[in-house]
Amino acid sequence: MIVADRKSLNEIQEMIKDYKKILLVGCKGCVTVCNVGGMKEVQVLASILKIARNKEGRELHIEERTIERQCDFEYVEQLRADSEKFDAILSMACGVGPQFLAEAFPAQKIYPAVNTKFFGGATQHGIWEERCAGCGTCVIHFYDSLCPIARCAKSLQHGPCGGSANGKCEISNEVDCIWDIIVRKKMEQGRLEDLRTYRGFKDWRSARDGGPRKSIRKELVQ
Amino acid sequence: MSDNGLKSGSNLEKMLTAGHFAFTGECGPPKGANVEHLKEKFEHLRGIVDAVNITDNQTAVVRMSSTAASAILVAHGVEPNFQMVCRDRNRLAIMADILGVYALGIRNMLCLSGDHQHFGNHPEAKNVFDIDSMQLIALVKMMRDEGTFMNGEEINVPPKLFIGAASNPFADPYEFRIYRLANKIDAGADFIQTQCIYNMDRFRDFMKKAVDMGLAEKAYILAGVTPMKSTRMAQYMAKKVPGIDVPESLIKRLNSAGKGKQAEEGIKFAIEQIEEFKEMEGIAGVHLMAIEWEHKVPEIAERANMLPRPEID
Repeated sequence: MIVADRKSLNEIQEMIKDYKKILLVGCKGCVTVCNVGGMKEVQVLASILKIARNKEGRELHIEERTIERQCDFEYVEQLRADSEKFDAILSMACGVGPQFLAEAFPAQKIYPAVNTKFFGGATQHGIWEERCAGCGTCVIHFYDSLCPIARCAKSLQHGPCGGSANGKCEISNEVDCIWDIIVRKKMEQGRLEDLRTYRGFKDWRSARDGGPRKSIRKELVQ
Repeated sequence: MSDNGLKSGSNLEKMLTAGHFAFTGECGPPKGANVEHLKEKFEHLRGIVDAVNITDNQTAVVRMSSTAASAILVAHGVEPNFQMVCRDRNRLAIMADILGVYALGIRNMLCLSGDHQHFGNHPEAKNVFDIDSMQLIALVKMMRDEGTFMNGEEINVPPKLFIGAASNPFADPYEFRIYRLANKIDAGADFIQTQCIYNMDRFRDFMKKAVDMGLAEKAYILAGVTPMKSTRMAQYMAKKVPGIDVPESLIKRLNSAGKGKQAEEGIKFAIEQIEEFKEMEGIAGVHLMAIEWEHKVPEIAERANMLPRPEID
């Protein structure tokens, strides 16, 4: 899923300081699963923003909606009737959501309430970790389905670098060295020789480096 | 191969191919455009070492570029070993710089991935890592031996560089380190400079493996030595620098030397190491990284019987 963190209250307050009527929109997709932008978080943020505004002696009217997915115009349409009644729309979806809202309602002002971080999953309750960099050319079969592009701080295709110590990355004791894990897995399986293979220069055109990306399935295009 | 049978014709290459025990030094460019400061540093190394490594934004701290600093050494008749990291350049800049340094008279190049920018003084920077150190080695070899760019286009006057790579026998997982060295040699490294060595037991084991695998016959391996200035430095390196292995016995030895005598004890240890490396099978030379201690290099070289340097045509 796409993992996000909520922006600080100060930053959100600053974005909406000139508005009196806000539509706060959550998303039932990834941000609900990572507990940052679902119905519950929408309720919490709405309350906090109202309390904060009240303390300033000013009024803030917030209405809450949480739609199925903000990355789908079909669901975004459900907001159309209400969209014009507000000074601005604050989205709690990943970075895709506010952009779909902006495209659907070009006259409206749209603001993001979260920082979108990575593709990953929960490794334990309350902790999410990155697993995929979305480079567009998956190579994890070379590395026993462990991705050095996303999970090595230097995206090394030939690791581990000289900074790997005690299974940790040189950037932090909190970060596992993925290359240490790759090497140990190969050793346990008696396939260390796999890592004697030279991997050629990566073609980054399929990653964001090639420009904004599209995926077209002709059979589905109407 | 160039006409004289050498790959680059560098002094370092000549020294090694002639079978002499090589001796390289290191010099970090200044944090500024202070050429006089740079000169002061490398003048300590003139005639003492066969080539001077010029670090490339080492530990991700911005300094005068290694290209410019290396070119200044060339202009002053001191041979540089130009270092390049993959952190700060994409493949276009890498290939352009490889041609550029060759055009400036640089003949040795050490290919590195580079410390993560997290360590440095601009941790907010975007890193590049378009290619990694293994691929950088292969790229320099391709440009030199096949005379082509990465895309196969022909190079008009290919860069004839003596290709170096780093090896850290002290990073984890240890079992893999020898294979990583083998990979770098297979990719095209002509010479290897190791991370600074303190744990001699582990290094002896590492070199035995290297010799058994025939690696020492395929590339020249230079053992890395950094003299300790104090117990504090040793403790710092042991605890804070990932991939450096400082045995407790060395820390104790420095400590027991007493105040004011720790630096001398550090130098003594370095000299003992150099003497052992001269006899160690598979070792072709020593890379002395006297960090901000360049003025001590002549003394260390003298006491380790590395002088005078052999005459090379």
